[in-house]
Amino acid sequence: MATRNARIGLVLFAVYLVLYGGFVLLNTFAPQTMEATPIAGINLAILYGFGLIIAALLMALLYGVLCTPEGDVETTPSQLKGDQ
Amino acid sequence: MIYEFSFGAVAVFALFVAITLGLSFYLGGKAKSSAGYFTAHGQIPWFVNGIAFAGDYLSAASFLGICGMIAFYGYDGFLYSIGYLAGWIVALFVVAEPMKRLGKFTFADALDAKFDSRGIKIAAGISTLAVSIFYLIPQMVGAGVLVTPLLGLPHWVGVVLVGVVVILIVVTAGMVSTTWVQFLKGSLLVIFSAVLTVVLLQRGFVADSGGVDVNRGDDEQYHFRGVGPVQASLLDSELERIARDDYDGSVVEPEGPWKDTKFVRFRNSDTGVVNVWSIDELDADEMEWYTTIKPSATSAYRLREAQSVTTTPEGRVLVNGLEKGTKKGEPELHPVGSISKLPDNAQGTGPVGPLEFFRVLQDSEIVLWKSQTIIEEDGTTTTVYYQKPTPGSQVLRPGEHPTFKGIRSDDPLDKLNFLSLMLALFCGTASLPHILIRYYTVKDAAAARKSTIVGIASIGFFYVLTLYMGLGAMTSGAMDVTNSNMAAPLLARSMSEPLFAIISAIAFTTVLGTVSGLILASSGAVAHDLVKNGLGVEMNDYQQVRIAKMASVVVGAIAIVLGILFEKLNVSYLVGWAFSVAASANLPSLVMLLFWKGTTKQGIIAAIIVGMVSSLGWILLSGDTYAKVYGLPAADAIVPFSQPGIVTIPLGFLTLVLVSLMTGGRKDASVASPR
Repeated sequence: MATRNARIGLVLFAVYLVLYGGFVLLNTFAPQTMEATPIAGINLAILYGFGLIIAALLMALLYGVLCTPEGDVETTPSQLKGDQ
Repeated sequence: MIYEFSFGAVAVFALFVAITLGLSFYLGGKAKSSAGYFTAHGQIPWFVNGIAFAGDYLSAASFLGICGMIAFYGYDGFLYSIGYLAGWIVALFVVAEPMKRLGKFTFADALDAKFDSRGIKIAAGISTLAVSIFYLIPQMVGAGVLVTPLLGLPHWVGVVLVGVVVILIVVTAGMVSTTWVQFLKGSLLVIFSAVLTVVLLQRGFVADSGGVDVNRGDDEQYHFRGVGPVQASLLDSELERIARDDYDGSVVEPEGPWKDTKFVRFRNSDTGVVNVWSIDELDADEMEWYTTIKPSATSAYRLREAQSVTTTPEGRVLVNGLEKGTKKGEPELHPVGSISKLPDNAQGTGPVGPLEFFRVLQDSEIVLWKSQTIIEEDGTTTTVYYQKPTPGSQVLRPGEHPTFKGIRSDDPLDKLNFLSLMLALFCGTASLPHILIRYYTVKDAAAARKSTIVGIASIGFFYVLTLYMGLGAMTSGAMDVTNSNMAAPLLARSMSEPLFAIISAIAFTTVLGTVSGLILASSGAVAHDLVKNGLGVEMNDYQQVRIAKMASVVVGAIAIVLGILFEKLNVSYLVGWAFSVAASANLPSLVMLLFWKGTTKQGIIAAIIVGMVSSLGWILLSGDTYAKVYGLPAADAIVPFSQPGIVTIPLGFLTLVLVSLMTGGRKDASVASPR
């Protein structure tokens, strides 16, 4: 992957993967934690779930801001043609 | 529940169809070339494309299925919302830009950009067709499910109606009209879901023992009766009292399969009408409270009125013991869905804020309804719907629905099944052909990016609303215990008739938007990937569009037939299939092509075929399919759990790597420079 924008995308993807993976694994192996009500009397299942949706939106916006038209251009176009 | 012909819903829907068809014919001139037909010349504005993403993606399963699941089981349906949205992150961050850069018309174009291989085009074309048709079935079934209660027409009429309208939309102006249909539908769906949620919050909650009694008039309530706690020693005499006072009759002696149930039946001695109640023992917590009042009690029970539908061997249908009616005011199941206890034993809350909404529910007690079917020796079948008061804290936690039992089960296979489903949802979105083709309708990578961000914003907002709508429906007193798919429209009905008409019409148009996207994706796969590039049939631009239009008609006809055949299948269950197959067949090659230079064309072909065949095979041999499709015991199934993703997605990657390594090496030179 040669473009700058693609690299930004991968970093953000990795961050979201950790957030989503954390949610799924917590649900699978420690479901009782989802019943805790840490903030404002609302349980973790709803807080985390809404958090994932809001995080997706914020990260999408961040990606939109970070990406530049120049970033779409491949720095070394020959790489994609598979010159190994 | 008795549904009446809703003139308002038909009018709103007809208006929508008229606008979209008019637009389609008007725009028809712009879609004569293949670039126009498949991708609208790449000239769709990014904002419109973004909302169209929502219109394409938010299918009937999202709107009706998720709301219904939340309304009947609580939080669990929201897990789908979370997974479906997370999938967009994969689409935006990983797949969007390369798809736009490498491809032209179809998903196969992008996969094949480096290789120019006929095999890849055929494999990718077939997988596009397979996934799209799998996805089409639940949409068409959804159309039929809606048309029966809303228009009073049989299932097949709904399927044919949607099929014909969609074929017209797609054939007249291809991607141009499809985009505008999806834009309209996406906007309407999100806006009116927001309206429903605002009205819901304004209305707040009330504590009640029943729901709207639509059989007697919308302003009247039906209060389900309840007695208790009753000490064990006094249970029999209490039952006899209820039989005498409430039903002018006696307790029916439990016999046959009724012996092992928690139900008691009362029979009126004059009319012979039978009513069913449930008997629940107090749990430990309640018992502790009860012994402070009655220290001598060792065990006690609560008795609650239930509802029943009985089908006799002669084919008569009895509802709560009376012949089922066909018109308003005649015997029918009472709508359900109520809060039995609000925090601090309040009667009502008044308007609530968006966070207060959950806080109130968390500390309330909500009456959920469960069902049990009892088959007697002579073939009489009774389904009993009974009350299950559930603490709000339990309603708002995951793991109550059978699909998500892995969360609360200790069986590692159940846990694996849950992980597998969540993985398929995450990976599936970015592999759905009808979503991927939308990247070719905008002019460049920046526009593709912006439209995905708009898509994520509108889809994410909608999914947040599903939790409000679902929980609002759960407590609206308007639910039909027999049909969870109707939860969202019925919630609207509990507010006002015009809103019901609009929401029903939107639910119907929801099917239109998604189906047109799917049919377009399939026709592209047939005309562009299979016939032109795969079989190498020489044709000019005009002929290619003509083949695509013919393919749209054929795929539309197939969808109509399948929609009628699969009438009885659960809508959201089938969507799960499509996601698993899409993720297993398409994602490995898409990702590896982008990130591993050693990928060969043989590797891609093998990965698509292995992913598609293994996930399909797994589904067909799974316990869910055994039970729901073949009618065999789920325990006989060959594969250990039902969701294939966690096995077949890695299998696709593994196949690609192994085959690529075997076919790579010396041949690299030929791979690197096509032709």
